This record gives sequence, C-alpha cells and structure tokens, in this order.
Amino acid sequence: MDIVNLDHLSANPLLPEVKDAMINAIRADFGNPSSQHKLGDRASEALEKSRESVAQMINSESPKEVVFTSGGTESVNLAVKGVAWAKAEKGKHIVTSNIEHNAVLRSLRRLKMMDYKVTSVPVDSYGLVNPSDVAKAIKEDTVLVSIMHSNNEIGTIEPIEEIASITREKNVVFHVDAVDSVGVVPVDVQKLGVDLLSFASNPFYGPTGVGGLYVRRGTHLWPLLDGGVQESNRRAGTENLIGIIGMGVAAELAVKDMEGRTAHMKEMKETVLRELPNYIEHYIINGHPERSLPNLVSVSIKYIEGESLVLMLDDDNIAVSTRSACAAGALQASHVLLSIGRDFADAQGTLVITWGIENKKEDLFRFLKALREAVKTLREISPLYPKSAHA
Amino acid sequence: MYSKTVMDHFRSPRNVGIIEDPDGKGEVGNPLCGDMMTIFLKVKDDYIDDIKFQTFGCGAAIAVSSMLTEMAKGKSIDDAKKITNKDVAEALEGLPKNKLHCSNLGADALQVAIKDYEAKKAGQPKEEPLRKDLPMHKHGEACYCPYCDTQLPEGESTCPNCQLNVTTTGA
Repeated sequence: MDIVNLDHLSANPLLPEVKDAMINAIRADFGNPSSQHKLGDRASEALEKSRESVAQMINSESPKEVVFTSGGTESVNLAVKGVAWAKAEKGKHIVTSNIEHNAVLRSLRRLKMMDYKVTSVPVDSYGLVNPSDVAKAIKEDTVLVSIMHSNNEIGTIEPIEEIASITREKNVVFHVDAVDSVGVVPVDVQKLGVDLLSFASNPFYGPTGVGGLYVRRGTHLWPLLDGGVQESNRRAGTENLIGIIGMGVAAELAVKDMEGRTAHMKEMKETVLRELPNYIEHYIINGHPERSLPNLVSVSIKYIEGESLVLMLDDDNIAVSTRSACAAGALQASHVLLSIGRDFADAQGTLVITWGIENKKEDLFRFLKALREAVKTLREISPLYPKSAHA
Repeated sequence: MYSKTVMDHFRSPRNVGIIEDPDGKGEVGNPLCGDMMTIFLKVKDDYIDDIKFQTFGCGAAIAVSSMLTEMAKGKSIDDAKKITNKDVAEALEGLPKNKLHCSNLGADALQVAIKDYEAKKAGQPKEEPLRKDLPMHKHGEACYCPYCDTQLPEGESTCPNCQLNVTTTGA
C-alpha cells in the first residue's frame, strides 16, 4: 500500500547505503572492540571509523569527544544526570527552559528527588529562549544549563551560541539537546561553543537505538551505566557495533548531501505554508517563521481534535503526528504548545507534519486534499465550530 | 488500538447534527480540556423520536456519541435513563483504558438532556442549556480528573493538568 509518510518525527526510513553497511556488518562476524586479538582489532577499527564520521559531522575537535549511546534519550540522561552528579559538591542548581523534551524534563524531575533545584526559563510566543533570562537564572551554585537546539514539536531553533557565551563567562557546563537538529541542519559544536551535545542516529536516516553524546575535552561527568571501561569510561557495556556502523554511514551521507537535502526540505516547507490557506481556514502556524527546522510544520487547527484527524488521514494512507492530549498516552496537553500561548482547545487540534528526503511535492498535495476533507467532516461534527465561521 | 466497532462509528458517525428547538439539550465536557459533547432530543409521547449530537474530541469520543444516540433512539425516556457508560463501552466492544472517560461523557450528556426535557415538561425550563460538572473517578484510593484522567492531588478539586474544577461526589 502506498503510504505517504509525513511523520518523519516518529521514524525515518534507513537509507539503502545504511542498510547495506549494517547487513555487511552482521555478516562480518565482528569480535568485541575491547579484545586484544585480531577479531577485536577489526571491530575496534570499524568502531573508530564511525566515531570519526560522527565527529566530522558535528565538527568536534577530536573523535575522542564522541561517546556512543543507545540514542537521544540516553545521551540526554547521561549529560544531565552525569554532570549533576559529578558536580554535586560545587552545587545542585540547574537551569533549563519550559519547552524541553521529556528526556530532559524527567531527568530533572528525578534530580529534584535528590535535592537538586531547577530554574526553568520561559519562551516567547515563537518558542524562543531569551539568553538574558538564562544569564539571570544562573546562580553561585549553578552547575549545568540545558537548552535544546531545536524544538521537536514546533521546530524553533534556539540562540545556542549566545547562551554558550554566557555559560562560558560564568563557568557553567552547557548541555544542548540537539536530537532533532544533528544531521538535519548544520551543527558545529566548536562554533556553538557548547560543552555537551546530545544526538541520535535516526533523524539523519540511521538506525534507531543508536546515538551519541559530544563531551568537550575536560568536561567531567559520571557514567549512568557502571561496568567496563568502554567509551573512555563514560558508558559501560559492549558497544552496539552494527548500529554504530549504520550511524557512521548515515553521518557521512548527511554531511555529503546536507546542501541538497536542505534545499529540498525548504522547498517542501515553503509549499506547505503557501498552499495551506487554499485548503483550510482558521488555523495557527506554530514556531518561529525563520529560525526553525526546514523539515517540520506545526499547525493548530481550530475547532477540531488532533487524534480524530490523524485517524481520518490514516484512512487515506497519510501518516502525520498530533500533539493532542487525547493521543498522548498520559492524556496531557503539550507543555510546549501551552508555553507558547496556545490554549487547551487549540493545542488539541495541533498536527506536526514532518517530511524527509524521499517525499515529493505531490505527497504534500495528497495530504492537503485529504486534510481539507477531514477538517470539513470533523468541523461538521464539532459543537465549537461557530456558525459565523461557516463559509 | 480501537475495536472494529469503534472505528466503524468513528468513520461513519450516526445522528450527527443539531435539532432546532429541541425538547431537551445536554452539554458536557469542556473544550479547554479536550472533549465536549452536546446531545439534542426530540421527544414524542415520552419516547425519543429523534436524537442528534455534536462532539469535539478524539476517535473514541465521536464513536461513543454515535453509539449512544443509536442506543437511545426510539427508547422511552425511562429506558433511556438506564443507559450507562458501561453499556455504551460494551456496545463498542470495549475502549482502551485511558479512553473510558469518553464513555462517561456520552452517557452523562444524554442524562443531562433528559433532565432538561423533564424540566421543560414540568414548566420549569432552564434559561441556559443544562451543563454538568463531571465528578472525579476513583481507582483504589486515588482520584482522577474526569476530563483528562490526571491523578488529582489528595483533597484537591482542581485538576493540575487542565485547571478545571471537578466535583467530589459521584462515581
């Protein structure tokens, strides 16, 4: 069945080159990278080759600054908890923003149970953090600032460089959750001036279950997992070599194709934003008009609820994502949408449309046509749709 | 995640719409919290002659409204009063646990519409359409918001998630 995937936020397909590399890696019967014999050497060479590819993608000074993990969630947990624990004697205060991913928010919630204190800075109606708010929030005992590079629900890209110059001046460790940016938009850890940066392989068409954490040389953190001395003692456990090889190839391709991919993504975004008013009325585009991811549009559609919309579009073989509380396992309204000023009702009708390199413009038009019909049907059912809004 | 019957009623909802000058009207839920349902009744000789609904909500909420109206149509007022949340959920071949509150909304909307009808019949019509604040529901010792199923802090009657007041009486 011909399914239009406009939900790349949830899962990206693997590139053919990535699949090939992983299948070859399975067939190669690699040893353990930590072993001293030839089987180990071969595994270790493959591991370090991937580390170099990933290091190049984020422009770290040395590949040694890249720690492989099981994905974005682990990277974030390692960065946030690892620094908090390592710096506990200096202080127990952490600064973050109101729109972070749950990986950050719930790591911090856990730390609060261990007597850490957290200051969360607000965002403006575009979802932008004001760097001076971060500066004001930093205190004597602040040990970590954690702000995301781009927001996964609305796409807004935060002023990371400006915040980094503040944290450097105040001598506070700065972690950036860049899971939805790395491999999608250029991310240069040296130019940004950050200490830690989390990323995952799937957003740039590598396998799920693999990710990494950039750790600037000299940044001290405790491991989450204790055991062997893998990953320079920062992440115990034999490495997921097959996944890491897949991520390495995906990273090389992301660097090589970045320009072409970005041009395609931007054209898709312009098309959606230009055409939407020809298909539906009464909606709000969320996120910053310029400072935002090129592969995402978040739209709050009034008078209807997002889960019904996702189900209706699914009947037309179109996959999109919603931020409706009704579709969330915990039935909670999106903290990101509430933070930028959407009310509960508008948050309920929010779709996140994310495309990838394989999508074509006709996919967008198929989506727009199906959306027009679904919105019409659901508004006819909705008691909120005012008579005055009827065309 | 949904049963075949839920998906059928969601895809082709029965009895959608408004009845002008209804004999009874019931509105429950709150758009601020996600779900809102309005039921309109036309009653003839104490039998439900026609019933229509409007719903703002998820797939389950729409299917519940549709099934509920099918179940109530043609019934006497006395029989319609006996329709419970459980009956609607069962007729839909079950709902996911976190969507059971949608069936509460449906059955409550019908009961509110019937009360509105009875008030009018008794010559005491309400100026505003009747609304009902939903009671919180209990699993074991803990209480949950009827709108969004967030666990309520002990002794609180305001939901920390959707900021709505919930009554402490009832199921």
